[in-house]
Amino acid sequence: VDFTLTSDQQAFRERVRSWLEANVPAEWKALGSTEVPRPEAYEFLRRWQGKLHEGGFIGVTWPREYGGQGLTFVEEMILHEEMALQKAPPMLNILGVGMAGPTIIAHGTEEQKQRYPARILSCEEIWCQGYSEPNSGSDLASLQTRAVKDGDHYVINGQKVWTSLAHLADWMMLLARTDPDAPKHKGITYFLLDMHVPGVTVKPLKQLTGDAEFNEVFFDNVRVHERQVLGGVDNGWAVGLTTLMYERLALGFGLQVRLRIALESLLDMARRVEKTGRVVTSDPVMRQKLAQLWIDTEALKYTGARAITKLLRGELPGPEASTGKMGWVETHQRLQELAMDIEGPYSQLTRGSDRAIDGGVWQYGFLRSRANSIEGGTTEIQKNIIGERVLGLPKG
Amino acid sequence: MDFGFNQEQELLRATARKFLENECPSEFVRQRMAEPAGVTDEFWAKLAEQGWLGLIYPEQYGGTGLGFVDLTVLMEEMGRAVMPGPFFSTVLLGGLAILEAGSEAQKKEWLGRISEGRAKATLAFTEPNARWDAGAVTVTARESAGKFTLSGTKLFVLDAHVADVVVVAARTREGKRPEEGLSLFLVPKGASGLDVKLLPTMDQTRKLCEVTFTEVIVGADALLGPKDGAWAPLSRVLDRATVALCAEMCGGAQRVLDMTTDYAKIRIAFGKPIGSYQGVKHRAADMLVEVENAKSLTYYAAWAVDENVPEAPLAASMAKAYVSDAFRRTAGAGIQLHGGIGFTWEHDLHLYFKRAKSSEFTFGDASYHRERVAQLINL
Repeated sequence: VDFTLTSDQQAFRERVRSWLEANVPAEWKALGSTEVPRPEAYEFLRRWQGKLHEGGFIGVTWPREYGGQGLTFVEEMILHEEMALQKAPPMLNILGVGMAGPTIIAHGTEEQKQRYPARILSCEEIWCQGYSEPNSGSDLASLQTRAVKDGDHYVINGQKVWTSLAHLADWMMLLARTDPDAPKHKGITYFLLDMHVPGVTVKPLKQLTGDAEFNEVFFDNVRVHERQVLGGVDNGWAVGLTTLMYERLALGFGLQVRLRIALESLLDMARRVEKTGRVVTSDPVMRQKLAQLWIDTEALKYTGARAITKLLRGELPGPEASTGKMGWVETHQRLQELAMDIEGPYSQLTRGSDRAIDGGVWQYGFLRSRANSIEGGTTEIQKNIIGERVLGLPKG
Repeated sequence: MDFGFNQEQELLRATARKFLENECPSEFVRQRMAEPAGVTDEFWAKLAEQGWLGLIYPEQYGGTGLGFVDLTVLMEEMGRAVMPGPFFSTVLLGGLAILEAGSEAQKKEWLGRISEGRAKATLAFTEPNARWDAGAVTVTARESAGKFTLSGTKLFVLDAHVADVVVVAARTREGKRPEEGLSLFLVPKGASGLDVKLLPTMDQTRKLCEVTFTEVIVGADALLGPKDGAWAPLSRVLDRATVALCAEMCGGAQRVLDMTTDYAKIRIAFGKPIGSYQGVKHRAADMLVEVENAKSLTYYAAWAVDENVPEAPLAASMAKAYVSDAFRRTAGAGIQLHGGIGFTWEHDLHLYFKRAKSSEFTFGDASYHRERVAQLINL
């Protein structure tokens, strides 16, 4: 157990810090509580990711030949810590960077690896994830979108839902059924789908936040060339699991950062806002709640660090790696609820009211956080996975 | 950066587990619970033989000179075995206070004897006011003619009834702040005016005492560390002992989780193992999340106090706040998931449940440490 950095790692930290100091826009620092890209910020965030890429701060752990920096998870962690300290904006192409890129690097042909990853990092091409369907959410392997072979193409018919960023995306990680007669996990293929081809229709879904950041996606005789298959026909479940593993790992860093940024903003608000005649931070009950959030946020960080250590040593991640998403969800939802608690009656006011605290950013964060325990695997499914795969309890 | 244990530490863990499974099984723990001492001479001699009593003391004082992270491994295993006896009070309270505050002569005199198993020690800090900050100390030490006279009462003192020496925190001067004017004294067993009363406790694996000082007179050589300046070393001792306790608690919590998942795999209800039902499975998953986070904060705190980095007090308080809640909840959930058998005296779960409760309030509970965290992060 040693948290000392090497001189190279220390130098990396200093380089990241001075770059961020020079490049994080001041108007963004003032906001700082949203953890999800909102529509009005898309263009700004596209430029921001491009800038990060030019600075060499995206795809830190990816191999150099595919546009990455060839560094370790320690540098990745340092980068994210520094981004949290400076309240850096979130990454727009988060699904590409967190999921599609690593999966293509792990399973792709050389041609695929040359074609996609670099453009993911630069944000030239945005990715979405075509997994969930109206009748296949937690039971993902029951998905019904069909891909039927026709010469050297596949013809796709079906529907995806809850597809974040599909309205912006150039590419989709698509899971479709190529063999309907095989057991449900066996007949699925992973496609890299061009979202701009004929037959793809994206319909935004308005969420309870009022934003439409996710969508329904319909496929009507969409033709995909067989070279767009990733990792082999009928092997999509295994490839898709890789994506989910990277999702938990790579997005884990990002989630940790967004949580820390939200926490700092919350503490800042608590120091300013008065409730029942005194400033919130002088209320002993509120101090307890704020301190607990701080502790839980730190716990997630160090649990993540234990998982990274195992990876760096070339070992398989242990029980600590599985707990990150669940722990993050619980902590983040509690944080957002505490923000409303701190604001009291002001929590009712949203953007557009000059009486709203912090311009009403917390109201959005609070509402958006309800999705956290559903997206990326519901908390109930996470608990099944932990119970069965980590603790070895029998399936129901 | 490396946030895992090395091979030597894993070896230490394996050795410790085997030793404790052989020497400290449930029957042994239960026998010690029923007796005042909480330890046997034979067992104590074996701890000395293992090198555990001097594990963290430098070699020049007769110790093994290992680090706090090594100790963490050992504490986890002791917690796993709900090991009774005065190890904690001797090695991490009395002994550590002597190491942190003592003169060369005092360290040479006591740490060697402790390491060899020839002396037991404890720290008398808390009082009937039940505080864990510097304001706890109201016992006075009046100086006159080169001697000190100690008066007052200490409460919740671990293992004072078997200690050969009690390190006493006393007030030698009223300062502007409670941290000022504190001093430490070495009071030997049997000193005139020293009264030690063993208290009946819920967790019978931990023996607590009330210690009364009625005009106890000690010489100037009993002063441990600087007069009026004991708070700095004392707070280091408390932070370190807190982290060690957290490690012990993590070991206990992990054992409860293991017992519970093992049971959930074999106990059949409605024709299926109960672990296949989500009501049980999900609660077990919750336990795992808490236990893993508890370990993460504890390991970080162990590194922080070992390196003496500026955030060490914060790290210690974060760990104690989290682990206090986590162990209590894990132990409670363990009983619940076992059903009726978990509520029996015969089953070992109550040993962990009670240890969780006593540990929760030792060195400050979660509320105390959350407030300390709030102060340390400038809220």
